[in-house]
Amino acid sequence: MTSAMDADHAPRLELHGITKIYPSVIANEDVSLSVKQGEIHAVLGENGAGKSTLMKMIYGVAKPDAGEMKWEGEVVQVENPAHARSLGIGMVFQHFSLFETLNVVENVALALPGNPDLKQLAGQITEVSNRYGLPVDPQRLVHALSVGERQRVEIIRCLLQNPKLLIMDEPTSVLTPQAVRKLFDTLRQLAEEGCSILYISHKLDEIQELCHVATVLRDGKVTGDCIPSEETPKSMASLMIGKELPVPEHSAPTELGEIRLQLSRLSKTSEDPFGTDLQDINLEVRSGEILGIAGVSGNGQQELLYALSGEEPVSDAGAITICGKPSGRDFPDRRRSSGMGFVPEERLGRGAVPRMSLTENALLTAHRAGMLKYGMIQFDKISAFAGKCIEDFNVKCGGSEHAANSLSGGNLQKFIMGREILLIPKLLVVAQPTWGVDVGAAAFIRQELIDLRDEGTAILVISEELEELFEISDRIAVIANGRLSPVKKLADTNIDEIGVWMSGMWDQPAPVGAVARD
Amino acid sequence: MSYASPLIAIVLMLIGGLLLFTLLGKNPLEGFKVFFINPVSDLYGVSELFLKATPLMLIAVGLAVGFRANVWNIGAEGQLILGGVAASAVALYFHESEGAHVLILMVIAGGIGGMLWATIPAFLKTRFNTNEILVSLMLVYVAQLLVSWLVHGPMMDPDGFNFPQSRMFEDSALLPLLSDENRLNLAFVFAIGALLAGYIFMYRSFTGFQMQVAGYAKDAARYAGFSAKRMIWIGLLSGGGMAGLAGMSEVAGPMGQLTEHVSNNYGFAAIIVAFVARLNPVGIFFASLLMALLYLGGEQAQQYLALPSSISNVFQGMLLMFLLGSDVFINYRLRWKEATA
Repeated sequence: MTSAMDADHAPRLELHGITKIYPSVIANEDVSLSVKQGEIHAVLGENGAGKSTLMKMIYGVAKPDAGEMKWEGEVVQVENPAHARSLGIGMVFQHFSLFETLNVVENVALALPGNPDLKQLAGQITEVSNRYGLPVDPQRLVHALSVGERQRVEIIRCLLQNPKLLIMDEPTSVLTPQAVRKLFDTLRQLAEEGCSILYISHKLDEIQELCHVATVLRDGKVTGDCIPSEETPKSMASLMIGKELPVPEHSAPTELGEIRLQLSRLSKTSEDPFGTDLQDINLEVRSGEILGIAGVSGNGQQELLYALSGEEPVSDAGAITICGKPSGRDFPDRRRSSGMGFVPEERLGRGAVPRMSLTENALLTAHRAGMLKYGMIQFDKISAFAGKCIEDFNVKCGGSEHAANSLSGGNLQKFIMGREILLIPKLLVVAQPTWGVDVGAAAFIRQELIDLRDEGTAILVISEELEELFEISDRIAVIANGRLSPVKKLADTNIDEIGVWMSGMWDQPAPVGAVARD
Repeated sequence: MSYASPLIAIVLMLIGGLLLFTLLGKNPLEGFKVFFINPVSDLYGVSELFLKATPLMLIAVGLAVGFRANVWNIGAEGQLILGGVAASAVALYFHESEGAHVLILMVIAGGIGGMLWATIPAFLKTRFNTNEILVSLMLVYVAQLLVSWLVHGPMMDPDGFNFPQSRMFEDSALLPLLSDENRLNLAFVFAIGALLAGYIFMYRSFTGFQMQVAGYAKDAARYAGFSAKRMIWIGLLSGGGMAGLAGMSEVAGPMGQLTEHVSNNYGFAAIIVAFVARLNPVGIFFASLLMALLYLGGEQAQQYLALPSSISNVFQGMLLMFLLGSDVFINYRLRWKEATA
């Protein structure tokens, strides 16, 4: 906080009247902000408020239609990311910009000027990753990394370039609470060393804890600046969405119904050489309850989700029972016919087809709901369904005929969640239900999940956001190294205990302050 | 923008053709006229254009069904030959009988013959994950040797002075002509029907939708539970069946018998047609006509410009190359040395 207050220097970055207009939407209108040396500056805003566009212009990915940008007092036009990097701007993207077929070192090398020595670079990566608590193996191929691990690579890649300004787009969403602490220490240390940080996050408590100043965007315009330490998360949320933040109502489950999902001794060797093998997983989810599975990414979540969805069936049919039917060997089609719905971690390319319209993307899984006649698509019905999904879940888009890849990540997530929820499945398996979704919409999605539970759906949520799991789950477990911890009722545990379990240590005596295990 | 690239490719092909004529010492305008105008300067010429376009339409629409799902059947040439062989077998078996059943059986045999040949890459792909591009392509050469053996042996005309060709078909084994003025036959009606059916299948049916999803995003198709094997079978069988039908329409149409040269490279040309048409049946109609014009123009160029017959292939090649090139430049931007700034 101290170094941020030095007024001797010109601000490191100044924006004046930045405007960016896309054919169907004004992404930014007359945006001005100023970031001082060593300042951690938050940019707050809902999905589609224009945060990402603004950051892309600073990083040279997009060009503003009007306005000027000053870097250390000089007017600059950032031509491209390489130019931005040469100025000393680093960015960690929300959608990762890594080459999947290359390994970690090669990806990092691509972002560096010249022709770095890969061996030496691997050493540097290990050093930085140790120093900042971001463990990652430099030799692993990126396509084999989980979302959380990919983000670590992005962060490390930026830190290696000793940036003067670091832009971080929702960096903590996939880290454990302990790792977040460590990252914050790093960021504070960087700020102390004089590096400025632009920090985008929807986690208001984090912003409050970390950031010196915040600029709030709504509908592409600056609606205000504030000092987060003088605000409460609630007051900042209302600045951002223009109204009070709804809090999900979570009553205790009324009565538990039949078992809709049962895993018994589910083991699976990962098809990926760097993946995590699932070992002897047992659990059951009943009608009318939400079971949350916490864990740091890369601990078997992907493998578990592929096994649950049927995209990678297992050899033992009895290991997975869906609505009373042994389904371990079934492909997704039959599992869905049994009444399962599924929301995957990747939205574009898996949960939705990027080039297809929202209407067609609704058809992807909603075709069982009477959308077909003699094998022909009933376009009126499916577009009515897509329209309802867009309206009910407040998906910001040009209309149901627009392609999925024209939506922001959060809005597409709302659409996919909406599609699966509107189908009222008997069993819903969800990965990261609110990843990259703003607070207002996240609260809405959580409420929808709870409402769906109250209608009798059995819900399994696998998330890396502990706060979220504590908000919606009735029971909770942790996955670590491909093993599942004991399942606990929410009332019988707390964030500290689950946080410790996330490192796989549930077999050891409970730490002080944690409730005894059953 | 993706619809612009076929048009750009056609223009570039024409410019390339003019340059080629000039380099060969011909008057480019004269060459252009002989190649592109003369073949269609009268009504008979136009009917010949549609006749040549018929097998191209049939094959291209069948292939497009698979191509949309990234099922790459490159062996339509071989499937066409097998369709022609199967239809010829029926014609020769019934060579003294009258009645419509001969022709109907020939149509069925042609389709099934092509499909059977496509079954081989489909089975190997779904069972052993072999590459369908290689398997289907290699089977073309097997098919060519097979038909060669047949017309030199079991199917040779007993009264044909040992020429490697089958007996001429009876009238009952020939597709009826649409008019007395020209050679255009019933197969053209089949082709138009196939384009319509293809359109409905691709844009209205759920299976067509599933195949498009698989083509755009494989993981999304798997997520939604669409069977990848089913799409491989549908993709290869539709291409094979339509190619087989095209083979039947050749032996029972303009050729009237089975020879070693059942196909005029239609199976390969149809791949270019499907791509120029952006895998769209409406586009296939027009792209087939263009490709047919290249065939006819090549014949004219042989006659009047004394150019070798391979001139048609040169134009086909230019068309495909310019199409792929335009796609590259539409999707990517060329940048001169500054990347490592």
